[in-house]
Amino acid sequence: MENDKIITVQNLVKKFGSFTANDNLTFDVYRGEIFGFLGANGAGKTTALRILCGLSSPTSGEVKVAGFDIYRETEKIKKNIGYMSQKFSLYEDLTVSENIQFYAGIYGISPKKRKEKEALLLQKLEMTGARHKLIAGLPLGWKQKLAFSVAVFHDPKIVFLDEPTGGVDPVTRRKFWDLIYEVASNGITVFVTTHYMDEAEYCDRVSIMDAGKIEALDSPANLKKTYNAKNMDEVFIQIAR
Amino acid sequence: MIVIKNISKSYSDTRALKNISLRVNRGELFGLIGPDGAGKTSLMRILTTLILPDSGKAKMDGLDVVSDFKKIRQIVGYMPGRFSLYQDLSVEENLNFFATVFGTTVEENYDLIRDIYYQIEPFKTRRAGKLSGGMKQKLALSCALIHKPKILILDEPTTGVDAVSRKEFWDMLKKLQTKEITILVSTPYMDEATLCDRVALVQNGQVLDVDSPTRITEKFPRKIIRVRSDETYRLINDLRAYEKAESVFAFGQFVHFVGINDEVETSELDMYLEKRNHKNILAEEIQPGIEDVFMNMQSNI
Repeated sequence: MENDKIITVQNLVKKFGSFTANDNLTFDVYRGEIFGFLGANGAGKTTALRILCGLSSPTSGEVKVAGFDIYRETEKIKKNIGYMSQKFSLYEDLTVSENIQFYAGIYGISPKKRKEKEALLLQKLEMTGARHKLIAGLPLGWKQKLAFSVAVFHDPKIVFLDEPTGGVDPVTRRKFWDLIYEVASNGITVFVTTHYMDEAEYCDRVSIMDAGKIEALDSPANLKKTYNAKNMDEVFIQIAR
Repeated sequence: MIVIKNISKSYSDTRALKNISLRVNRGELFGLIGPDGAGKTSLMRILTTLILPDSGKAKMDGLDVVSDFKKIRQIVGYMPGRFSLYQDLSVEENLNFFATVFGTTVEENYDLIRDIYYQIEPFKTRRAGKLSGGMKQKLALSCALIHKPKILILDEPTTGVDAVSRKEFWDMLKKLQTKEITILVSTPYMDEATLCDRVALVQNGQVLDVDSPTRITEKFPRKIIRVRSDETYRLINDLRAYEKAESVFAFGQFVHFVGINDEVETSELDMYLEKRNHKNILAEEIQPGIEDVFMNMQSNI
């Protein structure tokens, strides 16, 4: 079982001056899991996410991501994860293909391999015709699909998604979740934050943060049972209010 | 209270609004429901006299959005999607500024904003830029209300806001409605549609439907079956592979199935899924929600 843990967090504390943003977090995430990381605005999600991505050091506690130590091995962590945020990481004034080349280059993927993967990817996303279009001119839903695909282009062990589906129409939002399910079924762990409570239902397990602490962590089914709630929306309201 | 007639608006080769017509009644809480790029913001900017339509007419409380723009600005409160208060002024200074611009005082209309403003009053000396998302939203609403507008226009006030703050915000809107303010609000969250008196579903610059949320779902002609089993991803794929499937999408803890016709029975889905070794299968017909309706309309345009 220990081997199946892709992220382990023990007694993680992060303080900014006198303010405790992460108050003694302890949790594990398993390989291939879709893990929902929920909480109200200001609950401390982004702080924890930045630490897990190796962008910020904890004040105290032990954290391992993809088997690497969060204090000493941040560069190795970065090679083994993918990240996508609501403020896309794509370059607006580069084309679709140039963005893929850029990311593939950063992660050290050979040009030959990149070309093969790029063709397959664009075919899957039905974007082959848009290869040479600038990102700036693409519809939001396309940008999201592409940003996600670029984030997993180097086959990371974990992909972190920070509110990936904001603002798109309901069909596009669900198609995005089809992509999430697909990468998870290929063994990539998905760590996702969202404000859409129906999306919390799609996760294997969900943690809910409030005021810097994890107040609940379980499968959506068990959480609903524990909180005697009809859906995840009710669970969330009970915890975060 | 708001009359929109054949409004069109384009930006170079993008047609943001395609001949839109709508009416919002006095005292109504009216929702514009649609994703990014639907044209919600363009429409609101035309109504608040910030941009001009290419063609068509619109009136706010009888005033024309082009020729009477100065008068309209006196009776409209507008909260844009992007936080647009002065970040380096304090909470109190922002509020005083907006009151002064409209020739009034905070004291004069304090009644209207009390319920909202008291929650941020303890921080009134803090700079607006240093407030949390929820507090910024409350300050922006207070500033939009300080001149006691007849019409309040809110552009995606709840986007990026957590589920708890969203509920609180809608409670505030319901209260404002009792004070005879007509409210036009846009949102990408379909579930918020049910909180409006009437809604317009918009997509690609067009109005797909206008009605009360209950009527919109009641008149939906298609049969919807919700399905559940232990493995959601496999369930979605198997249902999509079913020969009589038209659309199959995840809906929270269920998957919603629409067949190629409405003869598809729950029992045949049961049998089909059992053959594919799904466990704990549940398939039942349900009343559609706004999101079902929206998705179905979207795939038909």
